[in-house]
Amino acid sequence: MAEEKQVKPGPGRPRQGMPRPKVENPGKLFARIMGYVFKFYPVHMIIIVLCIFVTVFSSVQGTLFTKTLIDGYIKPMLDSGSNDYSELLKAMARVAIFYGTGVLAAFIQSYTMIFINQGTLKRLREDLFEHMESLPIKYFDTHAHGDIMSIYTNDIDTLRQMISQSIPQMLNSAITIVSVLASMLVLSIPLTIVTLVMVAVMLFCSAKATKASGKNFVAQQKNIGALNGYIEEMMTGQKVVKVFNHESEAVVKFDELNEELYKSAFKANAYSGALGPINAQLGNTSYVICAIVGGAIALSGNVTFGLSVGALASFLTFNKNFSMPINQVSMQFNSIIMALAGAERIFKLLDEQPETDEGYVMLVDSEEKNGEIVEADHHTGHWAWKHYHKASDTTTYQPMEGDVTFNGVDFGYTDEKMVLHDIVLHALPGQKIAFVGSTGAGKTTITNLINRFYDIQDGKIRYDNINVNKIKKADLRRSLGIVLQDTHLFTGTVMENIRYGKLNATDEEVKAAAKLANAHSFIKRLPDGYNTMLTGDGANLSQGQRQLLAIARAAIADPPVLILDEATSSIDTRTEKIVQDGMDKLMKGRTTFVIAHRLSTVRNSDCIIVLEQGRIIEQGTHDELIAKGQKYYQLYTGMKSETA
Amino acid sequence: MLKTLLKQVKEYKLASFLTPLFMVLEVICEMIIPILMAKIVDDGIGFNNPNGGSMGVIFRVGAMMIVIALLGLFAGLGGAYYGSQASTGFAKNLRKAMFDNIQTFSFANIDKFSTSGLVTRLTTDVTNIQNAYMMTLRMAMRAPASLIIAMVAAFTISPRLASIYLVAVLFLSVLMVIIMNTATKYFKQVFEKYDKLNESVQENVSAIRVVKAYVREEYENDKFKKAALNIYHMFVKAEKNLVMISPVMSGTVYICILLVSWFGAHMIVSNELTTGGLMSLLTYCMTILMNLMMLGMIFVMLTMAQASGKRIAEVIEEKATITNKDGAVKEVKDGSISFEHVDFAYNTTSEEPVLKDINLDIKSGETIGIIGGTGSAKSSLVNLISRLYDVTGGSIKVGGVDVRDYDMETLRDQVSVVLQKNVLFSGTILDNLRWGDKNATEEECKRACRMACADEFIERMPDGYNTEIEQGGTNVSGGQRQRLCIARALLKKPKILILDDSTSAVDTATDAKIRKAFAEEIPRTTKLIIAQRISSVQNCDRIIVMDDGCVNGFGTHEELLKTNEIYREVYESQTGASGDADFDQAG
Repeated sequence: MAEEKQVKPGPGRPRQGMPRPKVENPGKLFARIMGYVFKFYPVHMIIIVLCIFVTVFSSVQGTLFTKTLIDGYIKPMLDSGSNDYSELLKAMARVAIFYGTGVLAAFIQSYTMIFINQGTLKRLREDLFEHMESLPIKYFDTHAHGDIMSIYTNDIDTLRQMISQSIPQMLNSAITIVSVLASMLVLSIPLTIVTLVMVAVMLFCSAKATKASGKNFVAQQKNIGALNGYIEEMMTGQKVVKVFNHESEAVVKFDELNEELYKSAFKANAYSGALGPINAQLGNTSYVICAIVGGAIALSGNVTFGLSVGALASFLTFNKNFSMPINQVSMQFNSIIMALAGAERIFKLLDEQPETDEGYVMLVDSEEKNGEIVEADHHTGHWAWKHYHKASDTTTYQPMEGDVTFNGVDFGYTDEKMVLHDIVLHALPGQKIAFVGSTGAGKTTITNLINRFYDIQDGKIRYDNINVNKIKKADLRRSLGIVLQDTHLFTGTVMENIRYGKLNATDEEVKAAAKLANAHSFIKRLPDGYNTMLTGDGANLSQGQRQLLAIARAAIADPPVLILDEATSSIDTRTEKIVQDGMDKLMKGRTTFVIAHRLSTVRNSDCIIVLEQGRIIEQGTHDELIAKGQKYYQLYTGMKSETA
Repeated sequence: MLKTLLKQVKEYKLASFLTPLFMVLEVICEMIIPILMAKIVDDGIGFNNPNGGSMGVIFRVGAMMIVIALLGLFAGLGGAYYGSQASTGFAKNLRKAMFDNIQTFSFANIDKFSTSGLVTRLTTDVTNIQNAYMMTLRMAMRAPASLIIAMVAAFTISPRLASIYLVAVLFLSVLMVIIMNTATKYFKQVFEKYDKLNESVQENVSAIRVVKAYVREEYENDKFKKAALNIYHMFVKAEKNLVMISPVMSGTVYICILLVSWFGAHMIVSNELTTGGLMSLLTYCMTILMNLMMLGMIFVMLTMAQASGKRIAEVIEEKATITNKDGAVKEVKDGSISFEHVDFAYNTTSEEPVLKDINLDIKSGETIGIIGGTGSAKSSLVNLISRLYDVTGGSIKVGGVDVRDYDMETLRDQVSVVLQKNVLFSGTILDNLRWGDKNATEEECKRACRMACADEFIERMPDGYNTEIEQGGTNVSGGQRQRLCIARALLKKPKILILDDSTSAVDTATDAKIRKAFAEEIPRTTKLIIAQRISSVQNCDRIIVMDDGCVNGFGTHEELLKTNEIYREVYESQTGASGDADFDQAG
């Protein structure tokens, strides 16, 4: 009973009469969850099951005690007129022991359950998170972030209820049903049959009412969806509503949807509320019928169905105790199915294929000894590719320089639709390469191929003349610094956010990186300087400040190759200049890929690549392209050609 | 708070009143049944009757029981029906009260509540209240009623034995209050931490590219594991508080049963109690303690609903900060605008005003460009003109009349704003355009679209002007959405048109074309254009340069180039590269 008092309502708390969600293979899923629980808590689980048995046993004993009390002690005493209570006292002591054991079992059960429940959830959360971190970018592209989040919150919550409440209660009910049924059979077979018939009637009525309410719950769900959608749309556009004096129109439509929801919610709740009274009164009817039939048998003194008055009294108590767990089982069954729908989503995430990494070339610190490059065990500022050749069982070292080539690269997010066609480019170490073109031309996609967020369908990408597929992903990505258009900062201090680029950086290194990125001056002015807490993705900073932090974060990682993806697009021109200066300092001496919004920022690139619909249409320096007088020229001068 | 909420029960008062009545009737029936059951055992089966049992009594009492059961069923169904009607109706009225009030909100009111905050209040919070209300109507009467009735019944059977229950009830109530209090405190802490944990997951989901780019998967895993372990310990600690409830509860029940049985046996032997009476007493034991638990649950649920109720009441009680004056002016003479010593702050308590001592004089029909860095209060400046916010000092006159003296609808019809954060609504393109003018003919809509250069892409769409816009306008590109929003604003045929950075996603050539159309087709409309690009404003009659809430310069392009440093700086950084590479394909 204690478990019913969760302080926070589970969002998926099942109600009586709700329609069941469709779950494929519920048995298998259930087994999988139980496997999860049993694997880590086998002893705990056995204890729980034992405790439930003891609890049920002691409560059945309690019920039987009424019969023993009346038949075995009170009646004889009445008949004999004796005043000797010693036998009764002994019997009560026995029962008290049963009860005591029952209470103890209930305590142990609740206590053990905490560890199983919270422990399993903790493990599940960790597994979910760890697995999520290993998934390819594609997964995050194809799944709404809200849906992923709801696995961690709603689905885990329903699962918590299932493990801590539904399953133990269902087990409890099931054992109660069996033991009560057995006791009833012992007491009287005909009355048991009568009871079972009534239970069948009860189940039938429940099923009917559930069906009726289920239909209305579906309608209610649909209307909630419609109303919530409208509310969301109107709240988002509330300012537009005001600007256009559209308030009364908004109310009219709202009233309509609100009324629809009321109608279906009313019906759904009325039907589901009816279930309780129907079952309760059917239970009472069952009691009366048993009393009449049982009374008839007991009074007739029929030998075949011999039934003592005390036994009838006990039977009637059992009859009352029988219908309750049966109703509970059907309710709990619903909530288990509901939790399984959540479990299905949890396991679906856990079953997603993680990012594969077949690379073996590693990036190591290097130093030169006797004119040869060797691996160093400390940070030297020089990097080398460590290349193990299986055929000859030798290891070679090759200096990391930052030379990137694309050779006939084709790529599509799905195999059916290619978004990049025959991309050929060559970036020499230290060069600045710019990608320009309209939205959807494929600029960002190209940079995502270098660090292997996605794998290409055809062609080759070489990094220092090594096929990127052969490089271990972690090492490949460590060698590339990326500043994205949407800066993402993490909850933590400014210091921690910059240090994200190099976890063992000293405070001095962090400050140096901030200075390089022109971020130092604004950080100093923050209330707590470098120790200012950032929350909600750096909501307390301006877009430009966040961008500068992202640049500092890339700077501290000190990568040989940089990718700047529209790093300044949402900043106004004056702030951009400050950010641009920071970036220019960072770019010095590194191979840099720049995706730019404003063409003025890429003028000085070594090579500008103009993309259109996934193809390179022009490539060259600023002067070359201007002289050519085609697409780039039109973009740059702001003149729109009729053929574009 | 409660008063505000309960006011919304309105037409569901009768249902709200009937529900508890039905519930009490149901309880009474439920209470009578054990008495009848005892009678069947005592008199019918003849347990305590020296004359033996009688089938007649069993039938008679059984029939009575069936009648009572039917009555109970009737009462139960009535309770379900009216309870459902009252609670869902109440929820409906709450939603309506909030939505209606939100419609009267000014921009300042809207800013106070976040969009998602309002959505939660209208949805989840109302559902919480609906459930709590239903629970209160059905259970809050039922549980204490059955507790009291059972108690009274127990006392009529045997005051001595019943006093055992009274002691048990008092003992359990005190214990439960103590447990609940500590547990609630613990759980509050846990759930706060739990929310934080989920926030960090959210952070990882949205920043997954950063995590992967920096190869920080392991680092994030370690961080998460630490947090998860922390949560685990906190949950375990919190739940340990609840562990005692179930054993104490069943322990109390058992002790009661034992005591009542023991003393009951004595009383039966000494003829002070019947066997049936003892059985009834044992039944009441369960009823009393179960209902006590139920009361505890209701209490917890109401505490939880309290927070929701508070949030809803806040919205209903919120007073609109901008309202119409009596005898408001219903006509705007012309499109002239003047700012006289205008100060403005979003928050009256904040020390630094957003706009400081603004003085401007704009003639009707002028085209004014506004330029300035982010945070220089360009949007704040124009939002004051159609009284989306009220000035905190000075005054603004439109057509020679203070904006606060106008009827708001009149003013906003004549001052048409294309907001920076603009939205389209689900419906066809025509539906959306007609927000500007309900009665606009298709021809008028098309004309507005031509001016906003939206006609080409609309006509290329398969359903043309009848194309359905999805919620949030996700099926049109940023530049297309901006042009549709401009067309929508044009349909108002305003005297003043304000574009707040409304062509940022439109390529330069189209942008120029739109401005040209404005100059030719609506020359008498005053136009205010906020832009980032110099090219968008350099041909305006005059240009305002905003800097940190002040007017830094106001003049023609040539004048500003000569006299204004900021303007020159921006101009130089953009010259020669006025083109944006990242525009929507023209069309």
